[in-house]
Amino acid sequence: MNHKDIKMMTPMTLGLLLVMAAGGVVALYRLVFGLGAATNLSDIWPWGFWIGFDVLGGVAMAAGGFIIAGAVYLLNWKKYKPIVRAAVLNAFFGYVLAATSIFLDIGQSFRIWHPMVMWQINSIMFIVAIHVVLYTTTLAAESSPMIFERLKMSGAYRFISAIMIPIVLFGVLLSTLHQSSLGAVYLIIPSKLSPLWYSSKLPYLFLVSAVMMGLSMVSFETILSARVFKHKPPVDILTGMARGSLIVAVLYFVLKVWDLLSGPGIGAAFTGSFTANMYLLEMAIGVILPLVLLSVKDFRTRLTSIFAINILVITGILLNRLNVGIFGLAEYAGRFGVDYFPSLMEIILTAAMIAFAFVGFKFSVKYLNVFPETEH
Amino acid sequence: MSMNRRDFLKTAAAGGGMLLASQAMPVNAAMSKELPPEAVGMLYDATLCIGCKSCMVNCKSHNSMPKGALSSGTEAVAPPYEYSTPEKIWDDPHDLSAKTLNIIKVVKNGTAVNKDEAENGYSFVKQHCMHCITPACVSACPVAALKKDPKNGVVYYEENRCIGCRYCQLACPFRIPKYEFGKASPQVRKCQLCNHRYAEGKYSACCEFCPTGASIFGKVLDLRKEAQKRLTLKPGDQYDFPVQTVASKNTSRRTVSKYISHVYGMKEAGGTQYLLLAGLPFEMLGFDKNIKDEALPDLTWAYISKIPAVIATVLIGGAATWAVTRGRNKDKGE
Repeated sequence: MNHKDIKMMTPMTLGLLLVMAAGGVVALYRLVFGLGAATNLSDIWPWGFWIGFDVLGGVAMAAGGFIIAGAVYLLNWKKYKPIVRAAVLNAFFGYVLAATSIFLDIGQSFRIWHPMVMWQINSIMFIVAIHVVLYTTTLAAESSPMIFERLKMSGAYRFISAIMIPIVLFGVLLSTLHQSSLGAVYLIIPSKLSPLWYSSKLPYLFLVSAVMMGLSMVSFETILSARVFKHKPPVDILTGMARGSLIVAVLYFVLKVWDLLSGPGIGAAFTGSFTANMYLLEMAIGVILPLVLLSVKDFRTRLTSIFAINILVITGILLNRLNVGIFGLAEYAGRFGVDYFPSLMEIILTAAMIAFAFVGFKFSVKYLNVFPETEH
Repeated sequence: MSMNRRDFLKTAAAGGGMLLASQAMPVNAAMSKELPPEAVGMLYDATLCIGCKSCMVNCKSHNSMPKGALSSGTEAVAPPYEYSTPEKIWDDPHDLSAKTLNIIKVVKNGTAVNKDEAENGYSFVKQHCMHCITPACVSACPVAALKKDPKNGVVYYEENRCIGCRYCQLACPFRIPKYEFGKASPQVRKCQLCNHRYAEGKYSACCEFCPTGASIFGKVLDLRKEAQKRLTLKPGDQYDFPVQTVASKNTSRRTVSKYISHVYGMKEAGGTQYLLLAGLPFEMLGFDKNIKDEALPDLTWAYISKIPAVIATVLIGGAATWAVTRGRNKDKGE
């Protein structure tokens, strides 16, 4: 169903547009005056909020795209077909935003294409860069049927639909590698990252937590869209995803606990230090609470509790990414007396990215058939 | 035992073609862990250092010359002095930065009266790029802007490739690569062992202008021998310390101090081409005790080397899943 009746110019949307405009000013300022002028980054804190939140968090939030596409096209779980377009579109926005943040975060923005031609296969950053480009392209291809449909380009629509299975398979491969490689980025800093997060299992932890995050993100936005765009939430799909989340939550819990026990030991989490408390907070919000709630059948079948669990998972796994990317390095950086807190401009840009995702999604729902009706 | 399990996994996976694919795509591009044949480096002996900072001054001026580590391409630049007082009288950096690629620091303990002793003592220490044998920064760089010279082993930088991702800064355990955050078109800056001076038959400025022989330049194998020899000397004896280069005829006769019996850089982070001797434990001199003997690129290579197998597994597994499940009832849940 189309939502041609959606009003674009609501006060909420106008507010978001204002935030986006502020973000545009920050982006321009950053390009003209440099990283030092726009951010609080330093030699001890080479990476900050844009990497920790926008890139690590944004890519994890986009994981729903490959999970739902894989479920529908490869596992042939057709039940989930009504949400596949929304999931893929959401992932596409996530990747565009991560790519925009990377563009502004690197010191030589206009050389962003260099990794494509200057291969260096020992570098995890090269692997990450290749995947951002390839997967963003793949997501565009996966989203393109909506556009072709709208533009009534039936030839292009038939062509892309005919090759959708290999495209989705390619997307699943790229996502598996990209999600895990973002964890692998940190394998090279055993002396810097707190042992509460440093682990040879980082790639696996990132992949599993991204699956968990992806399911929650899709569920969250499905419920939210139903409310905002006033259609009936697909309860069957949402409870199915909650059941999937439970399975992943068990796996993630086992991995995290095994990691703690085989690494720094349980005592390291209870030292009362800032770092240890951040770890406990992440474990509580992103691992233990969701697992406990999801294991109660009543909670994973009611929309209000599913929505609450989604928020817990999204917050908890974002916190995990911030812990690995920022807070887990605080003790190391503290030895040199250097602190980091994002500058106002760093925060504004990230806020503008989130605003862009909301407005872009709303715009898409208005003009494209993002929520097709179930086939039966 | 592990071989058995591996064989089992291989057999199990053979049907899926994982074995086939991982053997068809051998990626043997892991970084070398051998010292390059002509490797050059530096030995810093803290017990000889008098803290005159001649090395710092000359590092800055010689690297501001064309092709120097502080210059831009073939253009000379004004030496980037760092002032901490409003009078701006002299260059007085407090740490390494994009403007200071070499620094002498003093480490004090207690009353700080005994040179090169831990208790109530003090020591100088010289910090700059270690020129690792298997550099984390080189492995981290996505565009090979940081490279290790295959012959002399110098870790150098090509500014026209760099995209400014700063993964090198994160990856380096010694906190060496520094970034020009203040500039709109920034570069990474680090010691390149004065490789712009070799063509004229010269060597690192810090060694050329060190009056006491605290910093000496030379082949790494010779430097290792010299360092180990010093550890066998008896404290209080006289020794002719070479000045400027390890093979120098120019020597300075001095009383041997008591060393910590360790050459820093023999094994740390897989070994480095910058070696240090000191009278104080290296941890006190600012070397991170968490830096282990392993070559850091091994840690990321463990992930990268698995990628071909992951590609094969996901593609074959995904295609097989699709083929098996495609006939399913469209409306069925899972």
